[in-house]
Amino acid sequence: MNERVNEASREGGAPTGAAESVPAGAEIPAKVRDLTKVYGTVVAVDRISFTLAQGTTVALLGGNGAGKTTTIAMLLGLVVPSAGEVRVFGADVSRNRGTVAHRMNFQSPYVDLPARLTVRQNLTVYSGLYGIANAAERIAFIAEDLQIGPLLERPTGKLSAGQKTRVGLAKALLNAPDLLLLDEPTASLDPDTADWIRHKLKDYAETRGATLLLASHNMAEVERLADRVILLDQGRIIEDETPAALIATYGRETLEEVFLDVVRGRAKQASDQAEPAAAPERKAS
Amino acid sequence: MSAASTKARGADPIILEPTGVGASLRRIGALLKRYIYLLRSSGIRLVELIYWPFLQMLTWGFLQQYLAATTSPLAQAAGVLIGSVLLWDILFRSKIGFSTTFIEEMWARNLGNLLISPLRASELVAALSLWSVIRLSVSMIPVAFAAYLIFGFNLLDLGLALAAFFAVLVLTSWSLGLISAGVILRYGLGAEELAWSLAFLLLPICCVYYPVSVLPDWLQPVALALPPTHVFEGMRAILLEHRFDASELWWALGLNAVYLFVGYLTFSRFLASARVNGSLLQLGE
Repeated sequence: MNERVNEASREGGAPTGAAESVPAGAEIPAKVRDLTKVYGTVVAVDRISFTLAQGTTVALLGGNGAGKTTTIAMLLGLVVPSAGEVRVFGADVSRNRGTVAHRMNFQSPYVDLPARLTVRQNLTVYSGLYGIANAAERIAFIAEDLQIGPLLERPTGKLSAGQKTRVGLAKALLNAPDLLLLDEPTASLDPDTADWIRHKLKDYAETRGATLLLASHNMAEVERLADRVILLDQGRIIEDETPAALIATYGRETLEEVFLDVVRGRAKQASDQAEPAAAPERKAS
Repeated sequence: MSAASTKARGADPIILEPTGVGASLRRIGALLKRYIYLLRSSGIRLVELIYWPFLQMLTWGFLQQYLAATTSPLAQAAGVLIGSVLLWDILFRSKIGFSTTFIEEMWARNLGNLLISPLRASELVAALSLWSVIRLSVSMIPVAFAAYLIFGFNLLDLGLALAAFFAVLVLTSWSLGLISAGVILRYGLGAEELAWSLAFLLLPICCVYYPVSVLPDWLQPVALALPPTHVFEGMRAILLEHRFDASELWWALGLNAVYLFVGYLTFSRFLASARVNGSLLQLGE
């Protein structure tokens, strides 16, 4: 029996439709409830709730300052919530991150690996930190899979942006995480490399049954990868849908158009203009 | 083993138990490996480790020779100045080793990766502490040997007291390193100067080159509340009066326990504070 989990809809009438279906008794990779982060007088994240089901890819979308990175940082335990709760594989991240950290990983172009170390040295160090017993074999496997074999003996700081992204992804996949968090994984990459990274991420999620949560500004990326989109605006969830449902709801052709409607404050207007069939579908779930 | 079988064996990482003493030791070992890779990556760094203490030792050694030839009382104090400078360098180099290794992670924008891994804060501190001792050995053993060759000063003449002096100074350096690292975590690299200057604050007060009795009466209790003061007093007692006062060392070790506790508390509090105010998200150059 499937239980419909729709945490976001409980909060202030946040419109949600695609909130995750989680089979009863299944392990929940991440569950966020009433999550709030306040920096001084600025509310970065405002009472958001959502659940990530196993094997799904969820995108956090929103303009700059919408709260995407802060949300991911709270899931990783880098930032402590002001209120609310973050559970990863059942563990409260604020208190027991150590019991689940080996099942998660993270990649972002804004977090580097030490530049002076070679790629192999960096991967060896992180294998040790993640407790990987078959480190040499794992690095060889990942290197071949992500086509970084020729880079292994090169200093990480000497690599191009695309190569660094692949190496960052190698580090993030070393422990074959059940929950992979990504912050703009293809930022500043050429279209070919970006497409290749997306293909690898999709392949990883499908073959491993892993859960992915990515923050991105790239709508094509989100349409290709995500099963579900959580739209944030000023720290609040304003939409939680599949990409196709969002496009239909807003009566637009692409997710990018929907995004522009939302960040330019035209959400309601666009929604009103949407086809009549779409709106009830969004509200019904 | 063929490349194909190596690859197959790496398809799935074998993740070791993430909790317990063994897991902690593995992660500390992984970080130490990272620091060794870093040191090996630059010959200049290796030379620099020895260069400054060697110059210090030469300068003070020649000064001592000059004074010994011209003033009778100092002629009796053979080795005191070189001994002082070598012991001071143990404190200073160990402190710098701890702090700069920590700052290095921030320069490299790698701290985020470390803090989301299974690594715990206490393991990071343990790795930094151990590495400061390794760096110190690389730095000071050749310099102490050079002091013997050039000036006939044998640090080992201090006998077993040397081991105790070493322990006291290193423990003090860890306390200072923890406080510096905590402040930098909280206030960012803008507070980096503290890492370099904190140890110098002790230089005039802990009586490296002169006895406590030289200080004004009101400052003497402050000096005696600092563990290194007892080391330098103890060294002068051995070299000038050929007596070893063990009670001085017990006092120093007792004080060190207090300072280490305060240092770790400061680091932990500032790390927690950095997680609350989100400064871990902005770490980097």
